[in-house]
Amino acid sequence: MDVGTLVQVLDSTLRLATPLLFACLAGLISERAGVFDIGLEGKMLVAAFMAASIAFVTGNVWLGVLSAIAVSVAMSLVHGVAAITFRGNQLISGVAINFLAAGITVVIAQNWFRQGGRTPSLTGDARMGRIDLPFAEAVRDVPVLGPIYHGILSGHALLVYVAFLCVPLTWYMLTRTRFGLRLRAVGENPAAVDTAGVSVIGLRFAAVAICGVLCGLAGAYLSTGLSAGFVKDMTAGRGFIALAAMIFAKWRPWHALGAVLLFGLLEALANRFQNIDFFGLAVPVQAMQALPYILTVVILAGFVGKAIPPRAGGTAYVKEH
Amino acid sequence: MSAKGRIPNWADVTLVPLTSVLLAFILSAILIWAIGESPWEAVKLMVDGAFGSSYGWGYTLFYATNFMFTGLAVAVAFQARLFNIGGEGQALLGGLGVALVCLYIPWPHWSLALLAACAGAAAFGALWALIPGYLQARRGSHIVITTIMFNFIAASLLGYVLVNVLRPQGSQDPSSPRFPSEIALPKLHEMLALVGIPFSRVPPVNISLLIAIAMCFAVWFLLWRTRLGYQIRAFGESEPAAQYAGISPARITVVVMLISGALAGLMAVNSVMGEQQRLVLNAVEGAGFIGIAVALMGRNHPLGVALAAILFGFLYQGGAELALWTSIPRELIVVIQALVILFTGALDNMVRIPIARMFARRGAG
Repeated sequence: MDVGTLVQVLDSTLRLATPLLFACLAGLISERAGVFDIGLEGKMLVAAFMAASIAFVTGNVWLGVLSAIAVSVAMSLVHGVAAITFRGNQLISGVAINFLAAGITVVIAQNWFRQGGRTPSLTGDARMGRIDLPFAEAVRDVPVLGPIYHGILSGHALLVYVAFLCVPLTWYMLTRTRFGLRLRAVGENPAAVDTAGVSVIGLRFAAVAICGVLCGLAGAYLSTGLSAGFVKDMTAGRGFIALAAMIFAKWRPWHALGAVLLFGLLEALANRFQNIDFFGLAVPVQAMQALPYILTVVILAGFVGKAIPPRAGGTAYVKEH
Repeated sequence: MSAKGRIPNWADVTLVPLTSVLLAFILSAILIWAIGESPWEAVKLMVDGAFGSSYGWGYTLFYATNFMFTGLAVAVAFQARLFNIGGEGQALLGGLGVALVCLYIPWPHWSLALLAACAGAAAFGALWALIPGYLQARRGSHIVITTIMFNFIAASLLGYVLVNVLRPQGSQDPSSPRFPSEIALPKLHEMLALVGIPFSRVPPVNISLLIAIAMCFAVWFLLWRTRLGYQIRAFGESEPAAQYAGISPARITVVVMLISGALAGLMAVNSVMGEQQRLVLNAVEGAGFIGIAVALMGRNHPLGVALAAILFGFLYQGGAELALWTSIPRELIVVIQALVILFTGALDNMVRIPIARMFARRGAG
């Protein structure tokens, strides 16, 4: 692989990792608060559809992003009502949300645009513009620094940088703020939080809402940044890769960054090459596609460092009377 | 559930699921109305398309056959309180089992091929469920996550096998060659012709329907008439209690997943051997996931699963007709399916509590 190709692959790694990173942090915050969420995929999908639709109609991508967040948070609240208020099965609720998204986006897209379940292609201000980092042009020809700074880091949409900024923010929120401490406590031992006089329900709804915002950003980037419009089922399992990344990272923000970069790289490589020659061994593209899932199963199985989820995850809190 | 005891048993198995489905239908009707179509016309079209002719019935029963297998697979696992989302992947692998059996062994008669295909489908499906089952039993990996991962791994694996191994030379299409025509399964119209009942020749409904019905009986017998079934249900009710009774949680988990995977795999006999006559990439088309809705609606009982499978068969066939004659796309069915899962599965308490209150009031007054 020559340098030019390497730069291109790493450049697209960052772009492909962005929706994964948003969704991964979304799942991480929700699960740290004790609410399992396998509906990341569905929330991303409705957000992607909404972002593309509103961006197309108004010609303003940021209105699209806002409506994506709104609809994703609404879906989150459905999950919250089912999982927190009615103490329903959180996994089943997540499954329902994924199907709801898969179906309703196509039904509405067909009704609004009549293009077989897709939105029209986005152009101009309806898409996310690229941002050139300061001095990117100036260092372009500098060896090593040039390809890295100009070729890989610069020239992405704003949300790419926002996503990477969310990693330290999430870390700070979870470990250095009172809200974050309570959030984690509610995922490990909700009864203790309740005894301290803090609302378990309130905290969990807050976590679920943050999860919705982040999934909204993930979906919006997918349809207005990474692609130029919405197509049916465009998330294509990314919500589950994000879930895999979250487990791979053992529910920790900085590790999540590493996991999504790895999975993003795998996707970038699979997009670029049909078969990869790995030290004389031809690796088929399907193996690259399956690798994130296989790695996650290996991690879950505890063969390489066990992944232990938050203790109260998946169970609704019943207040003692 | 605290409210469960207050609802009479008959209401628990009829009123609660029917209310949930009614809620799902009402919301779907609102959606149809919101996109400018008439819900009443839509229902008429669907009922007519699915039940108005033997052609419609044939497709309805064909889909129902698929959903019986996958619904039973989810239901058996639910009885042991295991959530097997992996039906999709297990059915894909089942399809591979069917294809290998049908392509590489020259069968003298379809009946022998059918038996072998059932064995192949069940074995491959069970194998694909065994790994998550084992990992849950011995390593404590959450079965929901591992079965989701295995769905994706199955899709990649099948893609690889179809493109690189089974695809005939010179073909662009990632699918296996056609199975020999001598082992084509008898269709329902041929079987009904033997007793003099005319039936449409077009729909792919075939002898697998009888296997699916037999499996409903077999699962009922297993769960309520055998020692293993008792252990499965006891384990599902309370793991510590089952353990005190000398039931090994690890063993039950693995055995239940094997049975569940085998049932999901058997679906491929209907779709791969009965309809397509070759293995294609999307042989399962989401039927593994519909099994979740079917099992939830059928209250994890084989009779309920069979009825729910027919309901979903109706929705599938009716939805196809709807897409043909109106501007409502087929994906409407996915919305209905999602709402059924939401109301019968996740929002169960929302439906249950008011019904329990109603009975409590009647009991008091």
